[in-house]
Amino acid sequence: MKIKRREFLHKSAIVVAGVSAAATGVTAAGLAAEWTARLKTLTAHEGETLLKMARQIFPHDRLDDSYYMKVVEDLDIEASRKPVTGKMLRAGVANLDLSAKGKFAARPAAEQVSALEKIQRTPFFEKVRSAEMVALYNNPDVWKVFGYQGASYPFGGYLHHGFNDLNWLPDPPAAASPKSG
Amino acid sequence: MARFDSNDDSVVVVIGSGAGGGTLANELCRKGFKVVMLEAGQRQSSQTFRNDEWFAFKQLAWLDKRTTSGTWRVAKDFPNLPAWTCKTVGGTTVHWAGASLRFQEHEFKARTTYSNVSGANLLDWPISLRDLAPYYARAEDKMGVTRTNDIPGLPGNNNFKVMYNGATRVGYKTVHTGRMAINSRPRDRRASCWQLGFCFQGCKSGAKWSTLYTEIPKAEATGKLDLRPESHALQIQHGADGKATGVLYADRNGKHVVQKARIVCIACNAIESARLLLNSSSSTFPQGLANSSGQVGRNYMRHTTGSVYAIFDKPVHMYRGTVMAGIITDEAELNTKRGFAGGFEMETISLGLPFAAAFLDPGAWGRDYSSVLEQYPNMAGMWIVGEDMPQATNAVTLHPKEKDQWGLPIPNVHYDDHPNDIAMRNYGYKQGAAVYNAVGAIKTVAVPPYPSTHNLGTCRMSERPGDGVCNQWGQTHDVKNLFISDGSQFTTSGGENPTLTIVTLAIRQADRIAAESTRRNL
Repeated sequence: MKIKRREFLHKSAIVVAGVSAAATGVTAAGLAAEWTARLKTLTAHEGETLLKMARQIFPHDRLDDSYYMKVVEDLDIEASRKPVTGKMLRAGVANLDLSAKGKFAARPAAEQVSALEKIQRTPFFEKVRSAEMVALYNNPDVWKVFGYQGASYPFGGYLHHGFNDLNWLPDPPAAASPKSG
Repeated sequence: MARFDSNDDSVVVVIGSGAGGGTLANELCRKGFKVVMLEAGQRQSSQTFRNDEWFAFKQLAWLDKRTTSGTWRVAKDFPNLPAWTCKTVGGTTVHWAGASLRFQEHEFKARTTYSNVSGANLLDWPISLRDLAPYYARAEDKMGVTRTNDIPGLPGNNNFKVMYNGATRVGYKTVHTGRMAINSRPRDRRASCWQLGFCFQGCKSGAKWSTLYTEIPKAEATGKLDLRPESHALQIQHGADGKATGVLYADRNGKHVVQKARIVCIACNAIESARLLLNSSSSTFPQGLANSSGQVGRNYMRHTTGSVYAIFDKPVHMYRGTVMAGIITDEAELNTKRGFAGGFEMETISLGLPFAAAFLDPGAWGRDYSSVLEQYPNMAGMWIVGEDMPQATNAVTLHPKEKDQWGLPIPNVHYDDHPNDIAMRNYGYKQGAAVYNAVGAIKTVAVPPYPSTHNLGTCRMSERPGDGVCNQWGQTHDVKNLFISDGSQFTTSGGENPTLTIVTLAIRQADRIAAESTRRNL
């Protein structure tokens, strides 16, 4: 089967992202220590637990931990400004550990998911989920991985940048879709 | 720009600057009326808009706290955000997508056409398509609607290509890039569309009609408009004779000001218009102003909506280009064989990745959901918008306890889906999926309604004063110098996006106000 250039490029991009994630894994321990030291109010343990939680809420194998660290950093900043958020996060982490009879962060992924399912209606879970939804998917670095181009105004919109470049279906007739003028 | 004294009781006060208020103000100014326009939000411009979904949402949306109740899913997913409308000069015309469709003749006669739908509070409009046709023509010309007035259609984007091919393969006949109030050619000193893909975030090219940069500056140029942004209307006041005398509002510094008026026109979008009347109760009008019928706030409609997104094995990049320039109209026609009353339109829609994550399945998490989002570039999307049933119990009411920043009760929005709404939505999901499956979708996702952008019916028009709040001109039955000038006046919702009809009614209302003033009836 003939692979079109665009598809080839698309698939190559995924492979490259995968490689970089694997490469990051090599130094994960070192990175993690450096990262948790940057947290303002959360402890290293709390940060690591929230990081694992964030990975299970919106899991993307092609994203390395750095994207999820940003989610926890945002929560940490809010916790340092709003004591009530810090209290909620600390209690939530403690509760996850309690239900894991040890460290939630050390449990296998499947167990982490079922532990999160049990608390998915709690304000703590919703706090992390909704913060992550914004911090993860509103991150321009994540957009690149997901093929979303973001703001188009700086390059004059998509009029001359592929708004109608789909080529795997026939073009509609001019009566339905006039040529741009 | 004009400045009128707060004691000048010869002015018309228009509350709200969106499709209804912005248009009405311009029409009145051009006829020589002095107009004070109160707008709760700030004034932005194409320069201050940003191609950024979350930024724009915070910049433009009406975010004052509201509560919700009822069986609609919005109450569960967005308990404090029943509606996605705007608090900014230009109102929701800053956010709207531009689809500009006329109502169909039978939709003005919903009671007669659909007869007695159980649980629905249906009523015929006191006007017909024939009454509105000349005003529709004026609105289309004013707004520069494509496929009218010899204005060509917009060029279709990738999302439309998918819709078109799927629709024609399942046998739909009327599929095109829509009637859009977005310039396909430069017109009215505004540029043509750049296919930015950020129609919802405020149009940075100015190609999309918005009162912000059409009606409002034109009204200002007459020297008759006193626009007051960041001025939040709190109460409409009346005299011993029961006529409106002015509007109490909080200015940008929070100072309470009373602007006197000879005529007051309310165009605050259906939730706030009803709330303002309810918050204006007095010993003369204990149920709220203009509410002798008890219908203020009731019959709240938001259209039967839903979206279908489809994933393909090849790229679509739905976010490139005009968001809603694509329509299938076949399901909008009168057809009682589908098991529900009313019809619906199928229109292209797209969300950027940030809002796709927020709206594709609100509250969802886990690998099933994240794997759908990973297919983002290969996604196509359509929106279903159809007629919903007015119900007396679907209502905007005043919250018994919670107050806003001005100390006034916040609104609660109650909505139960009518069985007819559910049947239409499910049928729409099925048809939308069929369109995409016809061109090889790997997976289709039925997406629940977003917070409502079409808010209608809370001050409805009626022939008889007991059935509604205003007459066919939007003039309230109870207070003759008080007018409803937004989608609140809709007797029923029709299946079409409402803005064109709101603008049409505003043009007609301005003519009426002028004629009645000449006759000294106001």
